[in-house]
Amino acid sequence: MRISRRILAGLATASLAVTATSCGGGGTSGSFDDTVTVGILHSLSGTMAISESTLVDTEKMAIEEINAAGGVTVGGKSYKIEYIVEDGASDWPTFAEKSKKLIDQDGVPVVFGGWTSASRKAMLPVYESKDAFLYYPIQYEAQECSNNIFYTGATPNQQSEPATDFMYKRSPAAGGDFFLVGSDYVFPRTSNTITKAQVKQLGGKVVGEDYLPLGNTEVAPIISKIKKALPEGGIIINTLNGDQNVAFFKQIQDAGITPSSGYYVMNYSIAEEEISTIGPEFLEGHYGAWNYMMSIDTPASKKFAASFKKRWGADRVVADPQESAYNMVYLWKQAVEDAGTFDDNAVREALVGQTFDAPQGPVEVMPNHHLSQTVRIGEINADGGFTILEETGVVLPQAWNQKHPSSKGFACDWTDPSKGEKYKL
Amino acid sequence: MELLLDSLFNGVAIGSVLLVAALGLAIVFGLMGVINLAHGELMMLGAYTTYVTQLIFKLPILKPFYNSYIIVSIFLAFIVSGVVGILLEKTIIRKLYGSPLETLLATWGVSLILQQFVRSVPLAYGTGLVISLLIGLFLPTTFPSKIKESINFKYFKFSSWIFAALTGVLTGSVISSSVSKLSRASARNVDVTAPSWMRGQVEIIGTAFPKTRLMIIVITLISVIAITLFLNQSAWGMRIRAVTQNRQMSDCLGISTEKVDIITFGIGSGLAGVAGVAVSLLGSVGPNVGGNYIVGCFMVVVLGGVGNLLGTVLASFGIGIMTDLIGAGRLLSIWPDMPLPLSNTINFFATTSMARVMIFALIVIFLQFKPTGLFPQKGRMVEN
Repeated sequence: MRISRRILAGLATASLAVTATSCGGGGTSGSFDDTVTVGILHSLSGTMAISESTLVDTEKMAIEEINAAGGVTVGGKSYKIEYIVEDGASDWPTFAEKSKKLIDQDGVPVVFGGWTSASRKAMLPVYESKDAFLYYPIQYEAQECSNNIFYTGATPNQQSEPATDFMYKRSPAAGGDFFLVGSDYVFPRTSNTITKAQVKQLGGKVVGEDYLPLGNTEVAPIISKIKKALPEGGIIINTLNGDQNVAFFKQIQDAGITPSSGYYVMNYSIAEEEISTIGPEFLEGHYGAWNYMMSIDTPASKKFAASFKKRWGADRVVADPQESAYNMVYLWKQAVEDAGTFDDNAVREALVGQTFDAPQGPVEVMPNHHLSQTVRIGEINADGGFTILEETGVVLPQAWNQKHPSSKGFACDWTDPSKGEKYKL
Repeated sequence: MELLLDSLFNGVAIGSVLLVAALGLAIVFGLMGVINLAHGELMMLGAYTTYVTQLIFKLPILKPFYNSYIIVSIFLAFIVSGVVGILLEKTIIRKLYGSPLETLLATWGVSLILQQFVRSVPLAYGTGLVISLLIGLFLPTTFPSKIKESINFKYFKFSSWIFAALTGVLTGSVISSSVSKLSRASARNVDVTAPSWMRGQVEIIGTAFPKTRLMIIVITLISVIAITLFLNQSAWGMRIRAVTQNRQMSDCLGISTEKVDIITFGIGSGLAGVAGVAVSLLGSVGPNVGGNYIVGCFMVVVLGGVGNLLGTVLASFGIGIMTDLIGAGRLLSIWPDMPLPLSNTINFFATTSMARVMIFALIVIFLQFKPTGLFPQKGRMVEN
């Protein structure tokens, strides 16, 4: 059994090497014994290109760093990592199609990819049916736990729950009423369901919620509703997507909904990259919650930011999604080295329990294929960064949220065959 | 009273964004019958013009006039989108008059090209290209008629295009070297910050109104008045109306329909540029900014009745006021103790996305009864 698996792995790597050279990915350099080709699948065109291209840059940088440090060592042989970048084109079926291409045609052992939940949901059946492995780096709504996906972004209990707690108990608007604003798709709706349950538990009140259809930037009705529901100020939880934030913040400021008049916005989708697009003058005094913030004052964080700037330009910034993307490449490398093979099933087993000294601090892969992470609450400052106000200890991920009515009391564990995707606690 | 005023203002504010965006289309689609799916991208060019103007006004020489950049950019946006529109008319649309399906496909292709263009070409060189086009298209028309009629005119024309290209490259590199933000291509959305005098709010009769919204209303009003005056009072406006009503007859009477087409399309496209300035004040500027408005624009024009400016105006304000009434749940505050089933229904539709569904549904129902819109064109020529 053991032998046949090795032979299989050997065959797999041999075929990989052939693909790598046939794709013109460059021959092995002198100091490596072989190459391994991985897949990178993000949108390089269309609406999501703005965000997703930063992940491609980060993943390339991580791969270059690993190569510079001697590549991946498997079974005493050193492998140089090559990559094939595919464009998901902000179109969800394209993500599934390109995944198939990367797995079947290019024979990559792993794909790093995705941003939106819609793209992940489109890719999931492909990876499950082909028993391949996708690494997904974005903070998301959870309520999903696949044996074939490894999630390195935060789950709601690693972002929105500590943030809601902070807003209700310790922010300047503590004890105030909540208004929830989001784009109209799965993440904001799920996240807000959790927030509503949590606010109720805390004894607070949600006085309104509204969703903006994707692509729509007309926020005037929402502003009148906020003014009506929160006449004296209060807490606004914002899960708007990308460009819609620009419209939202420009217009609420014009309408007098500002921190100085008692309105505090907590944002789950605004990182350093977005602050520089929207303009810090519109965001100063509002809050954000992330696992990684560029202003974290540790050597690991500073090194990460500095090497990114060195590689891609001094005016570039790093943010939480990029940090997750960076971590996942390193975690994959560690798991492969521990497993001693590129074979998916062995790597998957070796992955759980891997620890990595990430830019945000130590992270560990949990049996539910998510990461344990540190949560930080920051206030947006005039320089376009976060002033970190609070930092939790390590928070374990909940793939099935314990506040969402549909998943309360459930968990996920892939190390125990009797438990699997969703079992009762 | 305050509630009514607030609601009316909001409705007018939403409506004026729709109106300014649809005005150009009302001319291109309404008067000329061209289904221009690149209309949104002409708006996008206007929005990018605002961004470029803003950055150029941050240069030391122009810094003292920074506060007025938004006014300047309205004119520049009109010119930029107008020039690109004219080029579009001369190269593509002219060949497709009378074949709406082909026009639709061709202009959709153009919209994709323009979107990718701003993603992959540094804005400095984009500006240079527009300047080349401007000079190349207009310089030959300023030559004295003696030269125009001479047999060697084509050489003059050719050399003016060379001059245009050189000027374009020169301005491109000057801008690129002086404004670093414009020297690299980027798919990233950019931001237009309104000058300080346009930020914040003003108090009118006890209610606070955001200044940017007022500015958009003013821009819209001026555009509508200007275009109405132009169409009804000027000689070219009369020719445009004549060609709209009967192309063959106008041609026989000596109106150059070719020129009329160029001017009409240029003005329609220029208005799209002005709309771009307006929307850049509300949200961010990106390659997709125009695409978000195009459906709304067609909706307004169809609802108002194709070929009728007054219809377009009323349709946009109607949709604006309805959006606010439904989306913000105003009816509940006007009539707080309505029966429960009714108030539940109203609450259900009182979110931005459901309000949109409701409005589309209402428009579809309305068009069932009046398929030609609010103010259909009357007369014998309509059927043709």
